Amino acid sequence: MSVTDLGMPAFPAAAARSTRDTRLRANLRYATHTIRDKRARAVGELSDWAQLRAAGRAIKDRTLRHLDHYLERLEEAVTAAGGQVHWAADAAEANRIVTRLVRATGEREVVKVKSMATQEIGLNEALAEAGISAYETDLAELIVQLGKDRPSHILVPAIHRNRSEIRDIFRTEMGSWGRPAPDGLSDRPTELAEAARLHLREKFLRAKVGISGANFMVAETGTLVVVESEGNGRMCLTLPETLISVVGIEKVVPTWQDLEVFLQLLPRSSTAERMNPYTSMWTGTTDGDGPRTFHLVLLDNGRTDTLADTVGRQALRCIRCSACLNVCPVYERAGGHAYGSAYPGPIGAILTPQLRGTASALDASLPYASSLCGACYEVCPVAIDIPEVLVHLRERVVEGGKVVRGGMRTVIQPAKGHAAERAAMRAAGFVFDRPGVLRAGQRLAARTRRLHPRRLPGPGHAWSDTRDLPPVPAESFRDWWQRTRGAERGDGREEGAK
Amino acid sequence: MRVALFVTCINDTLYPRTGRAVVSLLERLGVEVGFPAEQSCCGQPQFNTGYRHATEPLALRYARAFRDYEYVVTPSGSCAAMVRDNYPRLGQKAAAEGRGGALTEAAAEAVPKTYELTEFLVDVLKVTDVGAYYPHTVTYHPTCHGLRMLGLGDRPRALLQHVKGLELRELAGAEECCGFGGTFAVKNPAVSAVMGADKTRHIQETGAEAVCTVDNSCLLHIGGTLSRQGSTVRPVHIAEILASTEGNVL
Ligand code: SF4
Repeated sequence: MSVTDLGMPAFPAAAARSTRDTRLRANLRYATHTIRDKRARAVGELSDWAQLRAAGRAIKDRTLRHLDHYLERLEEAVTAAGGQVHWAADAAEANRIVTRLVRATGEREVVKVKSMATQEIGLNEALAEAGISAYETDLAELIVQLGKDRPSHILVPAIHRNRSEIRDIFRTEMGSWGRPAPDGLSDRPTELAEAARLHLREKFLRAKVGISGANFMVAETGTLVVVESEGNGRMCLTLPETLISVVGIEKVVPTWQDLEVFLQLLPRSSTAERMNPYTSMWTGTTDGDGPRTFHLVLLDNGRTDTLADTVGRQALRCIRCSACLNVCPVYERAGGHAYGSAYPGPIGAILTPQLRGTASALDASLPYASSLCGACYEVCPVAIDIPEVLVHLRERVVEGGKVVRGGMRTVIQPAKGHAAERAAMRAAGFVFDRPGVLRAGQRLAARTRRLHPRRLPGPGHAWSDTRDLPPVPAESFRDWWQRTRGAERGDGREEGAK
Repeated sequence: MRVALFVTCINDTLYPRTGRAVVSLLERLGVEVGFPAEQSCCGQPQFNTGYRHATEPLALRYARAFRDYEYVVTPSGSCAAMVRDNYPRLGQKAAAEGRGGALTEAAAEAVPKTYELTEFLVDVLKVTDVGAYYPHTVTYHPTCHGLRMLGLGDRPRALLQHVKGLELRELAGAEECCGFGGTFAVKNPAVSAVMGADKTRHIQETGAEAVCTVDNSCLLHIGGTLSRQGSTVRPVHIAEILASTEGNVL
């Protein structure tokens, strides 16, 4: 994972800070609600959406079950088409491979297509340490990079910025990276886009090395696919002499027929478009057309460990459409940075603790960054039951258990800091499994009801800072039943002590 | 028809009036209701916080408590969803851990007979007009478990629309979570609070006198937030509205 993510506070503290940033909340609310409504309309146009979704899920599951087979097919096909395939077990190895490949070209600059995998491994930082400048060419990634900021959304990394903030970043920062922003730049979207276009053009024309990810890899022909809206990707994939693609191993699909399903699911779910404005596909290298050298770096970085978990592995079906972020009420208020990872929102909350493990306080807090409202599952185009995985990972945090880390079976201990909660849950379990004890507690509470505060002291403040408690009733339901019906029905007797 | 009420631990302890309303509503519709005292908590708070093993005895208890009944009716969307979605998962995981099939059997027994109240009324009793009278303006918050896990759809609205005297007010952003989420409300209090504030703002904008749901756990949070804001909007469980009659408005 990226070095910038280390040392992040746990989710609740970071999210609490975001909730106090009213501009951030307004930006996010506007943006997520706009995309979410558009997505609903685009999906609503298709009468067979449910079938497409089921097909997408089934294809991914089948591919993941035989992942070793399809990856070997892919390697053969890419190699036969003139590409070179490299295998990276983790982020450090992937960064070493890419750095070596760029160095071998003698270049000190690369242009980049927006890519989640390279965010995940912190490639830009690794290249910078090796004295290589990586220029992001996606508009939103450019805004993030110029602003020395971190992405906060999978699809729209600068979603937390509004137009006037973007204008200010362009005015102050563009000059030190290349062509400065035009004089008198306003915050009109067309002017901002034109400023970015002029700034980026000189980078495209000069670059000898392009770095990308891929949305899909077709095993049968060794073809890589990138979908995008701006055309910057097409430039990076075709103009440079050397192309290096870093792709997670779960991105492989067996055939073109399988690909067809995802090329319908993805655009409608992500940008609410019927098809992507730019769909670039390439198979190895072609004489006189596009890059002369092509490297594919296949990235594991925790994916095979994730695959070993029968519940958690469904996270690997993700096609990074970001629909789950756009409907998530927690993401909307917390913002992407609070998740401390390249993958924010609901998918981040289930993917990051699997890829990185749950050892850090931040990673252990991510499975709890959800009210389990289920809106993410409802929109996910590959039907990942995110609430199910969240609860599964919560269990891993508080109960520990068997997992695979780094390819090795290991038993992890329950996370620290849950002792009071564990004791409370045990006590509740004891009481709820003994209705006689429950009844005694209810009666005590009823007798002392006039003494109860409507606000709680101590740790209870987390509840009662913003909410009153309801008054405790004079009589529990169980007592009412026993008093009014118990005798005549023979139901509702007190249970013997156990 | 042997029908049991699963009142749930929250209702038993904090909202007994909701349990009483279910009893009087079902009895008015000619259903004889039982209340096996062996019942307790469905285990949702423990399960959703990650304490799966602490949940297991409660799932076994649930199946045992309602063994003699054909139907179990509960005035809680989230507890019904807990039984339906998660009891089978308890069974699967226990079996995978080599701990036998008791939980799988408990789930197989409990799941098909468990109904959330509005499901039971509309699907089993096949009524949408329960003869209720409630002379108030009301807005309906569908709750996440009711909307997405159980797929209650139009059932609660259909029931409310047949209540005499009741004027239903549309709630903006109705499908959005209120921010309760069980232990989420205390583990992520800041986010929960702003979600609650957005929900209560929309509720107040309807101008309704009362907000109703199929789940008192959401109302604990929504009602607690409204109360702290000094709002006069009352949180009411749908059972209390449906149990109300001309002679006795709850
Ligand atoms: S989890 Fe599903 S909805 Fe979320 S980004 Fe992945 S594919 Fe899209």
